[in-house]
Amino acid sequence: MLRQRAKILQCIRRFFEERQVLEVETPAISHAASSEVHLQSMQVSTNGMSTSYLHTSPELAMKRLLAAGSGDIYQLCKVFRAGEQGGRHNPEFTLLEWYRLGFDMQALLQEVEDLLTIVLSDRLKAAPLTLSYHQAFIEYAQVNPFTASKAQLQTAFEQYAQQQVHDMSREDWLDLILSFIVQPQLPKERLVFITGFPAAQASLAKLDTQDPKVACRFEVFVAGLELANGFEELTDYAEQQHRIETEQARRQSQGLPCLPVDEHFLAALQAGLPACSGVALGVDRLVMLASGQDRIADVLSFDFDRA
Amino acid sequence: MATYSTNEFRSGLKIMLDGDPYNIVENEFVKPGKGQAFNRVKVRNLKTGRVLEKTFKSGDSVEAADVVDTDMQYLYNDGEAWHFMHPETFEQIAADAQAVGDAAQWLKEQDTCIITLWNDVPIAVTPPNHVILKIVETDPGLRGDTATGGTKPAKCETGAVVKVPLFLEEGDLVKVDTRTGEYLGRAKE
Repeated sequence: MLRQRAKILQCIRRFFEERQVLEVETPAISHAASSEVHLQSMQVSTNGMSTSYLHTSPELAMKRLLAAGSGDIYQLCKVFRAGEQGGRHNPEFTLLEWYRLGFDMQALLQEVEDLLTIVLSDRLKAAPLTLSYHQAFIEYAQVNPFTASKAQLQTAFEQYAQQQVHDMSREDWLDLILSFIVQPQLPKERLVFITGFPAAQASLAKLDTQDPKVACRFEVFVAGLELANGFEELTDYAEQQHRIETEQARRQSQGLPCLPVDEHFLAALQAGLPACSGVALGVDRLVMLASGQDRIADVLSFDFDRA
Repeated sequence: MATYSTNEFRSGLKIMLDGDPYNIVENEFVKPGKGQAFNRVKVRNLKTGRVLEKTFKSGDSVEAADVVDTDMQYLYNDGEAWHFMHPETFEQIAADAQAVGDAAQWLKEQDTCIITLWNDVPIAVTPPNHVILKIVETDPGLRGDTATGGTKPAKCETGAVVKVPLFLEEGDLVKVDTRTGEYLGRAKE
């Protein structure tokens, strides 16, 4: 297992070297925390007094490099997410994140396909399948994720799972249906790209200029396992600031702490982030797929229970 | 009232759902990278034994069930209830037919069982994994037939009917696995 992991890391580094993408490192400890409502930062103290935060992804720091003129970059690093532990989650895990200048979402999808075709050559038996978020919901859950009411989403889930779930928002129902109904039915032996997430789940992606209900965001699945998440990146400073404020408001309404925002990132965005697309890929899950393991603990030297 | 957060969920935890006590059999954490986290659990109803799936938003809390398992000795059946005694305190309790359920056919006086108490009331009885029972009724033994592997039904002293090899007779003692109802071998006094 250790050898297979090392080989995959080597393969990733060779892939980007050939494409002249620069490997970078950014700080794991930051003065700012993630403001996303569904990502909880771990706290650390560097001096026994003040509080700092472990990064949940290197995204903001990498965008600062892009704004400063780094050109195409990638990073392989450990990231840390509080409260995430299970068969497919470990609180610290290895992320591959890369950014390509001038790429639109389609160009980046192609590059993700190129990389995964190499690493998962034994596993993938058919050409990739690209589905829109809308198509995936219609096909596998028979419900329209853009027009269905909260009650209709609830009915779609309850019919499928014969159980009730409480205290759910409309966005929660979408997440639940994607995780429990759509993902398990996705094809097992080919890459599946789901594109065009609803604007409310845009995160740091641009909105589609043709259809602002849809974000230029995609996810990659193999055998129902969520492997990567990518964006055609939002470069608009005012819009970004507005989204951070919205997330902070959502955090507050859910009783989550409002933590310091990365002002360096906002300043970089204000100075100008070049048009680019970027994607983050879970390396441990990639090793799981390449080695045929079902549990993340089986591809780590020591999982958190044994750390 | 004690509660558990989904972060504390693990197999073996006893929780209350819709007014009944449940045991968590399996707990799975599911979360889209950018989305809401959920805990999907398989739970067993401790009164009926029925297993079902439930999904919670991670971070939600559920009421804890006051459920304890105690080793107790089976004393006797008075026609309505089964009576058990704690081996150290000598405290006695009575379990009704619903709590005893299928375990009734394996209960032999003085055997130690696990009694599941919910708010101090027995809701389930688990017999020992292996019991030794006397055959009280079976067809006559086929002497010498120890090789063909044929079986016949035999009624035991506790009422259970077990498939036993053809050569066994009424009065013989047999060792039985109560989880499967299978004959394991002959036993001595």
